[in-house]
Amino acid sequence: MAGLLTIHPEVLLGFYRDMLLIRRFEERAGQLYGMGLIGGFCHLYIGQEAVVVGMQAALEPGDQVITGYRDHGHMLACGMEANGVMAELTGRVGGYSRGKGGSMHMFSREKQFFGGHGIVGAQVSLGTGLAFANQYRGDNRVCLAYFGDGAANQGQVYESFNMASLWKLPVIYIVENNQYAMGTSVKRSSSETHLHKRGGSFNIIGEEVDGMDVVAVRDAGLRAVAKARAGGGPTLLEMKTYRYRGHSMSDPAKYRTREEVDAVKEKSDPLEMLRKRLMDGAIADEAALKEIDREVREIVAESARFAQESPEPPESELFAHIYSEA
Amino acid sequence: MIQALNSALDVMMARDPDVLTFGEDVGYFGGVFRVTEGLQQRYGATRCFDAPISEAGLVAAAIGMGAYGLRPVVEIQFADYIYPAFDQIVSEAARLRYRSAGEFTSPITIRTPYGGGIYGGQTHSQSPEALFAHVAGLKVVIPSTPHDAKGLLIAAIEEDDPVIFLEPKRIYNGPFDGHHDRPIEPWSRHPAGETPEGYYRIPLGQAAIVRSGSAVTVLAYGTMVHVALAAALESGIDAEILDLRTIWPVDIEAIVASVKKTGRCVIVHEATRTSGFGAELAALVQEHCFYHLEAPIARVTGWDTPYPHVFEWEYFPGPARVGAALRRVLEG
Ligand SMILES: Cc1ncc(C[n+]2csc(CCOP(=O)(O)OP(=O)(O)O)c2C)c(N)n1
Ligand SMILES: [Mg+2]
Repeated sequence: MAGLLTIHPEVLLGFYRDMLLIRRFEERAGQLYGMGLIGGFCHLYIGQEAVVVGMQAALEPGDQVITGYRDHGHMLACGMEANGVMAELTGRVGGYSRGKGGSMHMFSREKQFFGGHGIVGAQVSLGTGLAFANQYRGDNRVCLAYFGDGAANQGQVYESFNMASLWKLPVIYIVENNQYAMGTSVKRSSSETHLHKRGGSFNIIGEEVDGMDVVAVRDAGLRAVAKARAGGGPTLLEMKTYRYRGHSMSDPAKYRTREEVDAVKEKSDPLEMLRKRLMDGAIADEAALKEIDREVREIVAESARFAQESPEPPESELFAHIYSEA
Repeated sequence: MIQALNSALDVMMARDPDVLTFGEDVGYFGGVFRVTEGLQQRYGATRCFDAPISEAGLVAAAIGMGAYGLRPVVEIQFADYIYPAFDQIVSEAARLRYRSAGEFTSPITIRTPYGGGIYGGQTHSQSPEALFAHVAGLKVVIPSTPHDAKGLLIAAIEEDDPVIFLEPKRIYNGPFDGHHDRPIEPWSRHPAGETPEGYYRIPLGQAAIVRSGSAVTVLAYGTMVHVALAAALESGIDAEILDLRTIWPVDIEAIVASVKKTGRCVIVHEATRTSGFGAELAALVQEHCFYHLEAPIARVTGWDTPYPHVFEWEYFPGPARVGAALRRVLEG
């Protein structure tokens, strides 16, 4: 396992906890959706947990994160509260956007999380602007801009690559290649399926990373972040990963086989792989992992309770935050 | 309505080898709303195929195809995703005929589901029809029943100008009158739920009177036609309800005839109010019918806000809001 020896056991345990929190949170969100407590669109991150947890470990406080609509994992990894995320899903006033944004649109200035964006690809260009602002202010911050394999076909992604490379902006482009954009597989939509090569004509170095291996992710993240901070410009990281659930909650999943999904779960589940390594390396025993599981379950249960008890926003919220109040 | 749209595409692909259809998840998967289901099997992957998530590029490619005589039907998965292609639609498709003095045209159809009522939040609920109606050179069609959807889509595909074909997704599976707390009624129980087999067309630019009345004219389209019908029924007001069906070119004769008869006018749409298509309709009505009007024209619309994740039914202009406007206009 890449870099294992140089990682403090506590850090690895922290990865496990953070990944497990995302997994359990998403499972619970799926249940609440099934119970009719969450309306509209909801995209679960299960299977991809190692990507955000590994990348987050490469950041310093103040660094920025921006992503698309499959965003619950990114927010939890940034340290946003499970309560506020879950309550946004249920459309309550205790949600990060006071119920007005929903699953795809949440933000936190405190955690420097710039959303949650429903329009595929838009966040890549916004992240480029954040990186420009970092460079302009000279505050040594970097921005992580996440997007999907499907989003990688939006024209503005390449307009952004060109600008970021031209201006040496401190941005890391992370394409989460989970092999599908809704029902369309990468090979049916992309002439170059090795997405890390997509920066080549802009002189952006690309790297393919095992996105199921949290340590490999962190290591790639550390390299890219160090380069960006040193003024070396953008990097494109292609995370090979997989989403276990449907695209959204209303996905008949006819475009792939059960066997394909099961094979990934069996062979390369990010949590199972990490769990095994923790045990094999005698970093944690069954009891320690159980304790983490208990703690995580409690946080998730509390978030589900909060998301149902937090009141609906007052109707005046409908008209608030359209223009500045000044 | 989904089967009706599917049937229109089927009919046209069978009749005309120059008709083809593509978009995100359109081919292999049959479209997220299943409108293109079975077409790839029937007509092959060169005539019904998946496109990458590249709205600007795929609309632009359709314009190129159209300039060389093909009749592409592009699906934009949700109207909310049409904006990356806005430049191509406005700067290229709409103006190709004019700037080439008729040498080249853009006989393309852009189909896209639009509108709220499905808890889609701000990126799955918008009603952008006025943005397109504002652009000279575009035609904008919005059906409200399966019968009309099929006939209008066939006419749109045969049209030599670019057509933005907006499909009210809330009524894909049945007429929706705004009573979200009641069970969904399927199209099979609606008289216009039936669609004739084979080819037929409903010419663009013709409104339909869906309810005759004498007290007040209601101008509506899409889902709001059904909401207006419910409002008339519930308020007991003898409203004449016009389903515009094509918002541009708009059927001004039908509008004028009705308003001159009733002397009152309520305009209903789901889109935000300011500079919405209702503003254009109100201007037309006062230009043509000023001396026949007995009361100020009323508009019932979505609020001037983004579509919120919560507040679906506070935003959506349901039958209660339409009914209140009908009463107000009658008292005025
Ligand atoms: C501009 C735009 N076009 C289309 C969509 C509809 N859409 C939402 S998600 C999605 C698939 C994106 O796939 P990918 O980028 O691979 O991300 P993943 O869902 O796998 O995380 C599509 C087509 C959208 N939201 N925005
Ligand atoms: Mg994907």
